[in-house]
Formats: sequence, structure tokens, C-alpha cells
Amino acid sequence: MPYITAGDPPKPDLSTLIVGMADAGADIIEIGIPFSDPIADGPVIASAMFRSLEAGMTPAGVFAEVKKARASTDIALVGMVSDSIVAHADRGRFVAQAAEAGFDGLIVPDADTRDLGDLQEACKTHGLTLTLLVAPMSTGARQREIVEHSSGFIYLLARAGVTGERQDAPDIAGRMSELRALTDLPIGVGFGIATAEHVTAVGASADGAIVGSALVRRLHEAHEAGEDVGTAAHDFVKGLQTSP
Amino acid sequence: MSHETTTSQDLDPGRFGRFGGRYVPETLVNALDELERAYREAMEDPGFRAEVDLLLKDFVGRPTPFHVAERLSDHVGGARIWLKREDLAHTGAHKINNTIGQAVLAKRMGKTRIIAETGAGQHGVATATACARLGLQCEVYMGAEDVRRQALNVFRMKLLGATVHTVDSGSRTLKDATNEAMRDWMGSVGATHYILGSVVGPHPFPTIVRDFQSVIGRECREQCLDAMNALPDMIVACVGGGSNAAGIFYPFVEDTEVGLHGIEAGGRSDAPGQHAAPLAHGEPGVLHGSLSYVLQDEWGQTMPVHSCSAGLDYPGVGPEHSWWKDTGRVTYSSIDDDEALKAFQLFSRTEGIIPALETAHAVAGALKVAATMNANQNLVINVSGRGDKDVVEVMRLLGEH
Repeated sequence: MPYITAGDPPKPDLSTLIVGMADAGADIIEIGIPFSDPIADGPVIASAMFRSLEAGMTPAGVFAEVKKARASTDIALVGMVSDSIVAHADRGRFVAQAAEAGFDGLIVPDADTRDLGDLQEACKTHGLTLTLLVAPMSTGARQREIVEHSSGFIYLLARAGVTGERQDAPDIAGRMSELRALTDLPIGVGFGIATAEHVTAVGASADGAIVGSALVRRLHEAHEAGEDVGTAAHDFVKGLQTSP
Repeated sequence: MSHETTTSQDLDPGRFGRFGGRYVPETLVNALDELERAYREAMEDPGFRAEVDLLLKDFVGRPTPFHVAERLSDHVGGARIWLKREDLAHTGAHKINNTIGQAVLAKRMGKTRIIAETGAGQHGVATATACARLGLQCEVYMGAEDVRRQALNVFRMKLLGATVHTVDSGSRTLKDATNEAMRDWMGSVGATHYILGSVVGPHPFPTIVRDFQSVIGRECREQCLDAMNALPDMIVACVGGGSNAAGIFYPFVEDTEVGLHGIEAGGRSDAPGQHAAPLAHGEPGVLHGSLSYVLQDEWGQTMPVHSCSAGLDYPGVGPEHSWWKDTGRVTYSSIDDDEALKAFQLFSRTEGIIPALETAHAVAGALKVAATMNANQNLVINVSGRGDKDVVEVMRLLGEH
């Protein structure tokens, strides 16, 4: 599951990148909607968000690109978005717009427990899945609360801290079995998953691996070097695939 | 009305009416639960309170003085003006009340490392001071723009043994320093406590910081009763995140005969990006983990802000202030850069006190409010900090005029 920040690099358009990564064999594509204060993100993704906002990207811009991509692909698309953006006007309206654009689900990493019911209801009404995050320190009671409000898949954080590449594959086996006991939903693992080896290691117990910062950095470098960013994205996603 | 204010928290801990809450990445949820538990236990432990009180007395120099401002009162010709002298607390501002409390709490929780964000540098200095006194490792995040404006405080923090991290992302001010401190905490939460410096952030921070700052209002209440044999008619304080204001207001919230007035930074103008007045111009939104009035664009992105005062240069405000605004318990208005600079000079000449630029906003606001009152009425200004840190910046600003 590749993650990219919408609007970075500026070329090619997000819709072109989506179609390219779908062709390369991605199972689900995660699209980060840029936010001015991304506290869960490390320097790579945070910088991508600042560049994207600077270049004028908005949620409406993301929706338009997703709609465009939908003409050529039916790959699963989930939006990663801060509740600051979702809640700004009205949760129902934001979710409706995302569904209308062609998103299949949303990942909301920072919603308040009190608002989870509203968020779940809005997603259900508009036919979107809602993915919430489970952290290494989430207690059993907290995991149950998260599972109860989730649909689609659960996002298990491979480690504490912010997004960003790490050297070693995370050890998630213990937390995976704990979580499996609570839910039948598929479980995706992210934060610090950077290489094909990590993907393979995580795949031994999880249903999916989310690769973000490593891809965002690769695309930015390709853009800076004047390379074809679409090709870089395609090749990177291809390179992550593990033999069945 | 005031009754509602106090019960709002009993009904839903962490909320002030609809404001507040805990909008944070999952990694922090358990840490905040742990902090809330530890704080509650500590506050019920007389030993903890005694340790904090002793440090406030011997190390900080509390109670801080309270006295009439004769010449400023004469200058205005309205209400009798009184000063609560937080500028005379150790390190020169009210910030130390909170850092001492939280540092003692952190030690009690077994944490060995402290992180903090700072805007003007006052909270950074106060945190570094508390850490030096209690033997805790200290790292402070500060925006690059503020590092430039407040070079003296950067050096102070280093002298006190703290490491200062310059934050180069986003607008390079307090907002971004706060982001960076939260990022650090997400990865270090086991051994590290984050001493947030204002009544902002996710629950339980707005409550903890307000409680530790309420020593200002509790003292002030007694001092008023001693000096004027009555409660004051009006209290004025500046509001950035809003900790000094919350600290002096809170013990008076139930006393509805006492008017409370918060002053935001009006900056250069009312145009977007030219001020830092979310209560005047913002909308309810989520920033740094809580729902409060925020300066945001149509999509919920945080807007740029401006104030001549680094301590007020923040696009959000504490959730309890948003609640007090909506219930009408506190009145809020703005003072622009020019008015603050004039008050900075006037206060220095009439009272012999060079105020912090933040405090100068409260002084300027108080001058306007006092002018509408009569000589039998009493108005208190919370002199939140001294202006030594600002003299170089003021010299530059006056040179431009």
C-alpha cells in the first residue's frame, strides 16, 4: 500500500500518479490530504505537505484529481486526513465530498473519542470505510474502542513516534495477535516501513504494509533531478512487491 | 452563567462547553491518560502541593506584590488602576508558576527528560530554570524567527543547561515549535514529559496549566480584599494562548460582579495574516489537539499570524477562553502593534516598569477600559512579564517609526 502526499511533486498530476501506481500493482493507494500542522508526520512528509500547500493544493483539488483518476482505475483509494480538516466545516459534508469524488475510505489519525461516533455514522451514510490507528501503547480497552468504530481495515502503527524511514523491520507479531483476537478486519501496518524486505517481514503477520516517507522522498528526489516522476512512482511500487 | 462555567468540566472532563478535547495521534492518547491520572493523584497529595508551594515561595518569590499605579491612574483619569506584579516572579514572568508545578509532577512520574516549546522564550527560560533547579534534562523547541527576535532568551536557556532546537519548518514561530515538541514527544514519551507552556493543547494540559497559574488569581483576590476591602471591578490581562489571563481570571469566574477583560494582539490590521486575534476573527477549529477558536482558512488550514509580540504570535487560544467568550463571562478585544508600543513607553515612564510587549497589550487595553470607569472603581492589570527581553526589538521597531 503506497502512500503519497497529494500535490507533491507538482507534476505529473495526482490522477496520473494514481493510475501509474495502480498499474504497477498497488493493492490500495493512500492519499495524504495536506495539512498545515501535521504533528504525526516526520520531516519528509511534513515538508511534502508544506510544498503542496504552498503550490495551492486544497481538499477540493484532491477531490477533482481523484475524480479524474476514477475514469481509468477502480483501485481502492483511501484518504489520510487530519480531523482538523474534516471537522472544519462539517464532518458530514467533507465525507460526502470525498465519497462523491471516488474515495473508498478515509483514515483519520487524530479524531477525539467523543467524535468517533459522528465520524463513523457519516462514513457509513456515504458508503466510505473509516480506518483508525492503533498505537504500540494503546491499551486493550482503547483497542476495542478503536476496532468498534472502524471499518475497511485497521491501521497498526509499527512504532511510536512520527512517520519516517527506519533501518530495521519492526517487530509486530505480538501486537498483531493481540489485535487479531479483537477483530476480523484486515490489518495494515505503517510507520517506518521503507523497503521490500520490510514489506515481506510485515507481511508474515499483517494483511498489508504501508510505505510512505520512502516513496515521498523518492518522488521528491526524482522531481528535483528532473527525472520522470510518474516512472519513478511506478518503479518504486513495483520494487516493493514481494513474490507470492 | 458562572455556575455553568465550573460545572462544564464536571460533566465532561477535558471539555469547556463544546471546546477542548483531545485531537491527537493515537500514540499520545495513552500518555495523556497517564498524565491525567498522575496529575489527579498529585493534586490530592498534600505532600505534592506542599513541595510546589515551597518552591513557589522560596525559589520563585511568591506571593508577587500587588499595588496601586498612582501615576497611570492619574494619567487616565478613570478607574483606580492596580498592578499584579508577575514580572517580579523569578525569571521575569508568570511562566515559572506552571513550569515549577509540571517539573515537580514530571519528577514524581519518574520522567528524567523534559521538552518544551517556546515563543518569546519566557516559557523556555522558565522551563530550563525549573529543570536546572530539579536536576532534569531539558530541551526546548523554538521557531527560527523567534530565535532571531529573542536572542537573549536563547542564550539564557543555554546558560541554564538546556539544549535549544531551532525550528525551521512552517511559519518558524510558536505554532511550529509546538508541532515539533509534539513530534518529539510521540517518539520519546516513555521517559519524557512535555511541559506545555500555555492553556492550550490536548486535555489535560489546558486544565493543568490553568490550575498552576491560578496562584496568580488566588493571591490577587486576597490582596484586593486586604488593600481595597472589596473585590476589584475589573481585571485586564493579555491573551496569546491565554495562560496568564486564565491564571488571574479563574479564581474570579464565580464572582460575577468582577468584570474580566482579555486583550488579544491586533497586529498591523484586521486583515487576514496581519493579526493574532482568533477570538475576534477566528472560528471554532482544531489546532494542537483541542477544539477552540482558531485562525483558519476556508479548508481548515492554519493561517499565518502577526504580532510585534512573539508571545502573542499564535493562531489559536486556550479552549476555556473560547468557552468564556461564548458564555459572555469574559469580554475580549484587541490592541494593535502601535497601541502596544505606545503603552510600552507610557508604562515605563509613569510607573517605572518596563513591561513585556505582551503585557503592554494588556496595559493599552486597560487604559481604554479604565477611561470608561469612575474614580471609585478599581481595575487590576496582570503585569504578566517584564520587558528586558524586548528592549532590542522595541529599539528596532521605534527606529522604523
